[in-house]
Amino acid sequence: MTSPLPGPYGQSGNSANLADILERVLDKGVVIAGDIRINLLDIELLTIKLRLIVASVDKAKEMGIDWWEHDPALSSGAKRRELAEENERLRERIAALEEQRQAVPAGGEAAGLPEASGASRDSGDDPGRENEREPERENEQKEKNG
Amino acid sequence: MTTLRYVYAVVRPGGPPLPGELRGVSGAPVGTVDGGGVTAVVSPVPAEEWDEEPLRANLENLDWLERAARGHQQVVDAVAALGVALPLRLATLCRDEEGVRRMLDGDAQRFERAFGILEGRDEWGVKIFTEPDPAGGSGGGGAEAGGTGTGGPAPSRPASGRDYLRQRQAHRRSREDSSRRADTWARRVHDELVTLAEHTRLHQPQNARLSGAAGENVLNAAYLVPRDQAGPFAARVGELARDTAGLRVELTGPWAPYSFTAFATGAEEGGGTGSGSAGAAPAAGASAGERA
Repeated sequence: MTSPLPGPYGQSGNSANLADILERVLDKGVVIAGDIRINLLDIELLTIKLRLIVASVDKAKEMGIDWWEHDPALSSGAKRRELAEENERLRERIAALEEQRQAVPAGGEAAGLPEASGASRDSGDDPGRENEREPERENEQKEKNG
Repeated sequence: MTTLRYVYAVVRPGGPPLPGELRGVSGAPVGTVDGGGVTAVVSPVPAEEWDEEPLRANLENLDWLERAARGHQQVVDAVAALGVALPLRLATLCRDEEGVRRMLDGDAQRFERAFGILEGRDEWGVKIFTEPDPAGGSGGGGAEAGGTGTGGPAPSRPASGRDYLRQRQAHRRSREDSSRRADTWARRVHDELVTLAEHTRLHQPQNARLSGAAGENVLNAAYLVPRDQAGPFAARVGELARDTAGLRVELTGPWAPYSFTAFATGAEEGGGTGSGSAGAAPAAGASAGERA
């Protein structure tokens, strides 16, 4: 707000990353009850994200903040991304089925069971696997419920 | 116009005078109020901006919040440069100077304890990030903190479904390897820096979308370092940064000892891992105790 201050501390107030500052001034520091009582826990870093929307989207974008584009509830961009992801899941599924089809005529002991469609996906250490299977599970659940 | 008193920090009484040009969060000069055996660093702020109701609304405005946070931080910086200072949390407000004195009353003991622990020491922040995956973004994971460089061209199109699967798997393997390596390095760096610090705190990894930083934050730690050890500490961080290929190490500071006030005032037992042991550096958390 004023000219840069002298001393070894001068830099952090002016140029420090906003996240570094907020993490300290909102969440650390001495807590002592004054006359005005505001629960700063209400504006912890995670919820600040939501307030970004209310603030200025352009400003946030300048800062490189565009997380809401990933949030289906908030953006049509996210809808497109969702579609792209679904598309990708389907492509994987097709690829797996292709493999299965090639495997069946090749050998007698080939994976002929229905579940084998997932076999190629289960073969590696695949950290994304759980997530990708999640939608299937949900669908199964819906079918059971429905 | 009614004014309130905004309190930035608590310092020992009788310290050096504040810089005359120092301005508070709303542009007014910063002064001091003595009470309870300590000195509070305060400035007047307009009630229409800082009283309970407008404050609650203002805190929801990121631009306003940023100005307030930087203003607060700037005063705390200036005060900490003069001697040991206990930074208060943002938006600590009293109606008048009498209120400030009331607030300070009765806490002399825990403030004195904290001054003793923190005097002559600074907080340094060290963060480690993975370098963003150049092939990132194309993956179906979507949730990775890929930074701002989305929308890059996709890698070469797979000829068949099988190729496609293979590409995906190789990509995942390399990503998995790199996060394992990042984790190992984060622990190594932290274990080493712990030996150079009196106390440490692990914070939660920062949200890339707020910090705007590229890559995934795998270590976010604060170290309390004696001022005469700051040089060697920073030098060691620099060396470790050079050794950690594929990772980015960031040093910030010196900060007033925000992360250590809870411990130093006795509001929190021990000097363990603090609030942020969750997330990407769990093992570092287990070994993060203070060395005192």
